[in-house]
Amino acid sequence: MHLCLPLLLSVGLFGIGTYGLLVRRNAILVLMSVELMLNGVNVSLVAFDVYWAEALRAGQSLAIFVITIAAAEIGLGLAILLLLYRMRGTIAIDEATDLREGSP
Amino acid sequence: MSDRSLLSPTGVDIVFALLAAVAITSAVAVVTTKQVVHAALWLVVSLGAVAGCYLVMTAEFVAWMQVLIYLGAVVVLLLFGMMLTRAPIGPSDDLTGANRLAALFAAVAVTAVLAVLVVDAFASTMIDVSGEVSTANVMGEALFRYWVLPFEALSVLLLSALVGAIALSKTDEEA
Repeated sequence: MHLCLPLLLSVGLFGIGTYGLLVRRNAILVLMSVELMLNGVNVSLVAFDVYWAEALRAGQSLAIFVITIAAAEIGLGLAILLLLYRMRGTIAIDEATDLREGSP
Repeated sequence: MSDRSLLSPTGVDIVFALLAAVAITSAVAVVTTKQVVHAALWLVVSLGAVAGCYLVMTAEFVAWMQVLIYLGAVVVLLLFGMMLTRAPIGPSDDLTGANRLAALFAAVAVTAVLAVLVVDAFASTMIDVSGEVSTANVMGEALFRYWVLPFEALSVLLLSALVGAIALSKTDEEA
Protein backbone atom coordinates (compact mmCIF):
# COMPACT_ATOMS: atom_id res chain seq x y z
CA MET A 1 0.00 0.00 0.00
CA HIS A 2 1.25 3.51 -0.79
CA LEU A 3 2.34 5.68 2.12
CA CYS A 4 1.10 8.68 0.15
CA LEU A 5 -2.59 7.82 0.50
CA PRO A 6 -2.86 8.05 4.32
CA LEU A 7 -0.63 11.12 4.28
CA LEU A 8 -2.87 12.82 1.72
CA LEU A 9 -5.92 11.92 3.83
CA SER A 10 -4.13 13.42 6.81
CA VAL A 11 -3.33 16.62 4.91
CA GLY A 12 -6.91 16.87 3.64
CA LEU A 13 -8.45 16.50 7.08
CA PHE A 14 -6.00 19.02 8.52
CA GLY A 15 -6.77 21.56 5.78
CA ILE A 16 -10.54 21.15 6.11
CA GLY A 17 -10.19 21.53 9.88
CA THR A 18 -8.19 24.73 9.33
CA TYR A 19 -10.94 26.13 7.14
CA GLY A 20 -13.65 25.29 9.69
CA LEU A 21 -11.58 26.68 12.54
CA LEU A 22 -11.17 30.02 10.77
CA VAL A 23 -14.64 30.39 9.31
CA ARG A 24 -17.11 29.09 11.89
CA ARG A 25 -18.75 31.46 14.39
CA ASN A 26 -20.43 28.90 16.66
CA ALA A 27 -17.82 27.80 19.20
CA ILE A 28 -19.02 24.18 19.22
CA LEU A 29 -18.45 23.99 15.47
CA VAL A 30 -14.95 25.39 16.07
CA LEU A 31 -14.33 22.53 18.53
CA MET A 32 -15.47 20.07 15.85
CA SER A 33 -12.97 21.55 13.40
CA VAL A 34 -10.22 21.09 15.99
CA GLU A 35 -11.26 17.44 16.24
CA LEU A 36 -10.89 17.11 12.46
CA MET A 37 -7.36 18.57 12.62
CA LEU A 38 -6.38 16.21 15.46
CA ASN A 39 -7.70 13.30 13.41
CA GLY A 40 -5.55 14.35 10.48
CA VAL A 41 -2.49 14.30 12.73
CA ASN A 42 -3.51 10.87 14.08
CA VAL A 43 -3.78 9.41 10.58
CA SER A 44 -0.23 10.43 9.76
CA LEU A 45 1.05 9.13 13.13
CA VAL A 46 -0.50 5.72 12.49
CA ALA A 47 0.71 5.68 8.86
CA PHE A 48 4.32 6.36 9.84
CA ASP A 49 4.08 3.80 12.65
CA VAL A 50 3.01 1.11 10.19
CA TYR A 51 5.75 2.27 7.80
CA TRP A 52 8.51 1.87 10.39
CA ALA A 53 6.91 -1.11 12.18
CA GLU A 54 9.21 -1.07 15.23
CA ALA A 55 8.63 -2.70 18.59
CA LEU A 56 7.98 0.56 20.46
CA ARG A 57 4.79 1.21 18.45
CA ALA A 58 5.54 4.88 19.01
CA GLY A 59 3.13 6.27 16.43
CA GLN A 60 0.13 4.27 17.53
CA SER A 61 0.84 4.94 21.22
CA LEU A 62 1.04 8.67 20.46
CA ALA A 63 -2.20 8.41 18.46
CA ILE A 64 -3.91 6.93 21.52
CA PHE A 65 -2.46 9.72 23.67
CA VAL A 66 -3.74 12.32 21.20
CA ILE A 67 -7.23 10.75 21.27
CA THR A 68 -7.21 10.89 25.09
CA ILE A 69 -6.03 14.50 25.16
CA ALA A 70 -8.70 15.40 22.60
CA ALA A 71 -11.34 13.93 24.90
CA ALA A 72 -10.00 15.97 27.83
CA GLU A 73 -9.92 19.07 25.63
CA ILE A 74 -13.54 18.59 24.56
CA GLY A 75 -14.64 18.18 28.19
CA LEU A 76 -12.86 21.32 29.36
CA GLY A 77 -13.79 23.27 26.22
CA LEU A 78 -17.47 22.53 26.63
CA ALA A 79 -17.32 23.52 30.31
CA ILE A 80 -15.79 26.87 29.31
CA LEU A 81 -18.40 27.31 26.56
CA LEU A 82 -21.27 26.62 28.95
CA LEU A 83 -19.82 29.22 31.34
CA LEU A 84 -19.57 31.69 28.44
CA TYR A 85 -23.15 30.92 27.43
CA ARG A 86 -24.40 31.42 30.98
CA MET A 87 -22.64 34.80 31.25
CA ARG A 88 -23.30 36.16 27.74
CA GLY A 89 -26.26 34.23 26.36
CA THR A 90 -24.32 33.46 23.17
CA ILE A 91 -21.37 31.33 22.09
CA ALA A 92 -20.59 33.23 18.89
CA ILE A 93 -16.83 33.60 19.13
CA ASP A 94 -16.68 36.98 17.40
CA GLU A 95 -18.79 38.49 20.18
CA ALA A 96 -16.37 37.52 22.95
CA THR A 97 -14.21 40.60 22.43
CA ASP A 98 -13.34 41.64 26.00
CA LEU A 99 -9.62 41.08 25.53
CA ARG A 100 -9.53 42.79 22.15
CA GLU A 101 -7.38 45.87 21.74
CA GLY A 102 -9.42 49.07 21.98
CA SER A 103 -12.63 47.38 23.11
CA PRO A 104 -14.87 49.49 25.37
CA MET B 1 8.20 -2.81 -4.14
CA SER B 2 9.49 0.75 -4.19
CA ASP B 3 9.24 1.32 -7.94
CA ARG B 4 5.45 1.30 -8.04
CA SER B 5 3.98 4.68 -8.92
CA LEU B 6 0.90 6.22 -7.35
CA LEU B 7 -1.04 5.45 -10.53
CA SER B 8 -0.88 1.66 -10.17
CA PRO B 9 -3.12 0.94 -7.19
CA THR B 10 -3.51 -2.39 -5.44
CA GLY B 11 -6.75 -3.63 -3.88
CA VAL B 12 -5.77 -2.29 -0.46
CA ASP B 13 -5.06 1.10 -2.02
CA ILE B 14 -8.53 1.19 -3.59
CA VAL B 15 -10.30 0.26 -0.34
CA PHE B 16 -8.28 2.87 1.53
CA ALA B 17 -8.95 5.52 -1.11
CA LEU B 18 -12.70 4.88 -0.95
CA LEU B 19 -12.72 5.19 2.85
CA ALA B 20 -10.57 8.31 2.61
CA ALA B 21 -12.98 9.81 0.07
CA VAL B 22 -15.89 9.23 2.48
CA ALA B 23 -13.88 10.81 5.31
CA ILE B 24 -12.90 13.87 3.27
CA THR B 25 -16.39 14.42 1.81
CA SER B 26 -18.11 14.23 5.17
CA ALA B 27 -15.42 16.45 6.72
CA VAL B 28 -16.24 19.07 4.09
CA ALA B 29 -19.90 18.67 5.03
CA VAL B 30 -18.98 19.25 8.71
CA VAL B 31 -17.44 22.63 7.98
CA THR B 32 -19.99 23.79 5.38
CA THR B 33 -23.40 22.59 6.55
CA LYS B 34 -25.92 25.19 7.71
CA GLN B 35 -27.39 23.02 10.46
CA VAL B 36 -25.48 22.59 13.71
CA VAL B 37 -26.82 19.12 14.50
CA HIS B 38 -26.05 17.89 10.98
CA ALA B 39 -22.42 18.95 11.50
CA ALA B 40 -22.17 16.60 14.49
CA LEU B 41 -23.74 13.74 12.52
CA TRP B 42 -21.39 14.29 9.56
CA LEU B 43 -18.55 14.27 12.07
CA VAL B 44 -19.67 10.75 13.05
CA VAL B 45 -19.44 9.63 9.41
CA SER B 46 -16.02 11.24 8.94
CA LEU B 47 -14.49 9.82 12.13
CA GLY B 48 -16.02 6.40 11.42
CA ALA B 49 -14.42 6.35 7.96
CA VAL B 50 -11.09 7.32 9.54
CA ALA B 51 -11.51 4.36 11.93
CA GLY B 52 -11.98 2.16 8.85
CA CYS B 53 -8.75 3.59 7.44
CA TYR B 54 -6.97 2.60 10.67
CA LEU B 55 -8.31 -0.94 10.25
CA VAL B 56 -6.95 -1.08 6.69
CA MET B 57 -3.56 0.07 8.04
CA THR B 58 -3.59 -2.84 10.58
CA ALA B 59 -3.97 -0.43 13.52
CA GLU B 60 -6.84 -2.37 15.04
CA PHE B 61 -6.63 -1.10 18.62
CA VAL B 62 -6.43 2.56 17.56
CA ALA B 63 -9.47 1.98 15.34
CA TRP B 64 -11.56 0.67 18.22
CA MET B 65 -10.33 3.46 20.49
CA GLN B 66 -11.44 5.90 17.79
CA VAL B 67 -14.90 4.33 17.65
CA LEU B 68 -15.27 4.18 21.45
CA ILE B 69 -13.89 7.61 22.37
CA TYR B 70 -14.70 9.79 19.36
CA LEU B 71 -17.94 8.29 18.11
CA GLY B 72 -19.12 7.19 21.55
CA ALA B 73 -18.04 9.96 23.86
CA VAL B 74 -16.89 13.10 22.06
CA VAL B 75 -19.81 13.40 19.62
CA VAL B 76 -22.32 12.76 22.41
CA LEU B 77 -20.59 15.46 24.49
CA LEU B 78 -20.79 17.86 21.53
CA LEU B 79 -24.50 17.12 21.09
CA PHE B 80 -25.04 17.75 24.81
CA GLY B 81 -23.17 21.03 24.45
CA MET B 82 -25.47 22.01 21.58
CA MET B 83 -28.55 21.21 23.64
CA LEU B 84 -27.31 23.17 26.65
CA THR B 85 -26.38 26.24 24.59
CA ARG B 86 -29.75 26.10 22.78
CA ALA B 87 -28.24 25.66 19.33
CA PRO B 88 -30.72 26.51 16.57
CA ILE B 89 -32.62 23.51 15.19
CA GLY B 90 -32.93 23.81 11.44
CA PRO B 91 -30.86 25.81 8.97
CA SER B 92 -29.30 29.08 10.12
CA ASP B 93 -27.24 31.45 8.00
CA ASP B 94 -25.07 33.00 10.72
CA LEU B 95 -22.89 29.94 11.39
CA THR B 96 -20.19 31.21 9.04
CA GLY B 97 -18.26 34.41 9.66
CA ALA B 98 -17.55 37.23 7.24
CA ASN B 99 -13.93 36.24 6.50
CA ARG B 100 -14.84 33.29 4.35
CA LEU B 101 -12.50 34.03 1.45
CA ALA B 102 -9.50 34.66 3.69
CA ALA B 103 -10.18 31.41 5.55
CA LEU B 104 -10.53 29.52 2.28
CA PHE B 105 -7.26 30.98 1.03
CA ALA B 106 -5.43 30.05 4.25
CA ALA B 107 -6.82 26.51 4.25
CA VAL B 108 -6.04 25.93 0.57
CA ALA B 109 -2.51 27.28 1.08
CA VAL B 110 -1.90 24.98 4.08
CA THR B 111 -3.30 21.97 2.21
CA ALA B 112 -1.37 22.69 -0.98
CA VAL B 113 1.99 23.16 0.77
CA LEU B 114 1.60 20.00 2.86
CA ALA B 115 0.28 17.93 -0.06
CA VAL B 116 3.15 18.95 -2.35
CA LEU B 117 5.57 18.16 0.47
CA VAL B 118 4.29 14.64 1.19
CA VAL B 119 3.83 13.72 -2.48
CA ASP B 120 7.33 14.94 -3.28
CA ALA B 121 8.87 13.10 -0.32
CA PHE B 122 6.94 9.82 -0.30
CA ALA B 123 5.60 9.37 -3.86
CA SER B 124 7.09 5.90 -4.30
CA THR B 125 7.26 4.74 -0.67
CA MET B 126 5.24 1.66 0.19
CA ILE B 127 4.04 0.48 3.58
CA ASP B 128 3.58 -3.18 4.41
CA VAL B 129 0.07 -3.91 5.64
CA SER B 130 0.56 -7.67 5.68
CA GLY B 131 2.60 -7.58 8.89
CA GLU B 132 1.50 -8.03 12.49
CA VAL B 133 -1.90 -6.55 13.30
CA SER B 134 -1.74 -4.14 16.25
CA THR B 135 -4.37 -5.80 18.40
CA ALA B 136 -5.11 -4.81 21.99
CA ASN B 137 -2.60 -7.46 23.01
CA VAL B 138 0.27 -5.94 21.00
CA MET B 139 -0.62 -2.35 21.88
CA GLY B 140 -1.05 -3.17 25.58
CA GLU B 141 2.40 -4.70 25.65
CA ALA B 142 3.92 -1.64 23.95
CA LEU B 143 2.04 0.82 26.16
CA PHE B 144 2.85 -0.86 29.47
CA ARG B 145 6.41 -1.84 28.58
CA TYR B 146 7.72 1.33 26.93
CA TRP B 147 5.15 4.06 27.56
CA VAL B 148 4.22 3.60 31.22
CA LEU B 149 5.31 7.04 32.42
CA PRO B 150 3.49 9.04 29.69
CA PHE B 151 0.47 6.79 30.23
CA GLU B 152 0.36 7.58 33.95
CA ALA B 153 0.96 11.29 33.31
CA LEU B 154 -1.99 11.14 30.94
CA SER B 155 -4.23 9.69 33.64
CA VAL B 156 -3.27 12.61 35.92
CA LEU B 157 -4.07 14.99 33.04
CA LEU B 158 -7.49 13.38 32.56
CA LEU B 159 -8.19 13.66 36.29
CA SER B 160 -7.25 17.34 36.34
CA ALA B 161 -9.39 17.97 33.25
CA LEU B 162 -12.31 16.30 35.05
CA VAL B 163 -11.80 18.39 38.19
CA GLY B 164 -11.40 21.52 36.07
CA ALA B 165 -14.61 20.86 34.16
CA ILE B 166 -16.51 20.34 37.43
CA ALA B 167 -15.01 23.50 38.95
CA LEU B 168 -15.92 25.53 35.85
CA SER B 169 -19.49 24.32 35.61
CA LYS B 170 -20.26 24.83 39.31
CA THR B 171 -22.64 27.74 39.77
CA ASP B 172 -22.00 30.43 42.36
CA GLU B 173 -25.28 29.81 44.18
CA GLU B 174 -24.22 26.30 45.18
CA ALA B 175 -20.73 27.33 46.30
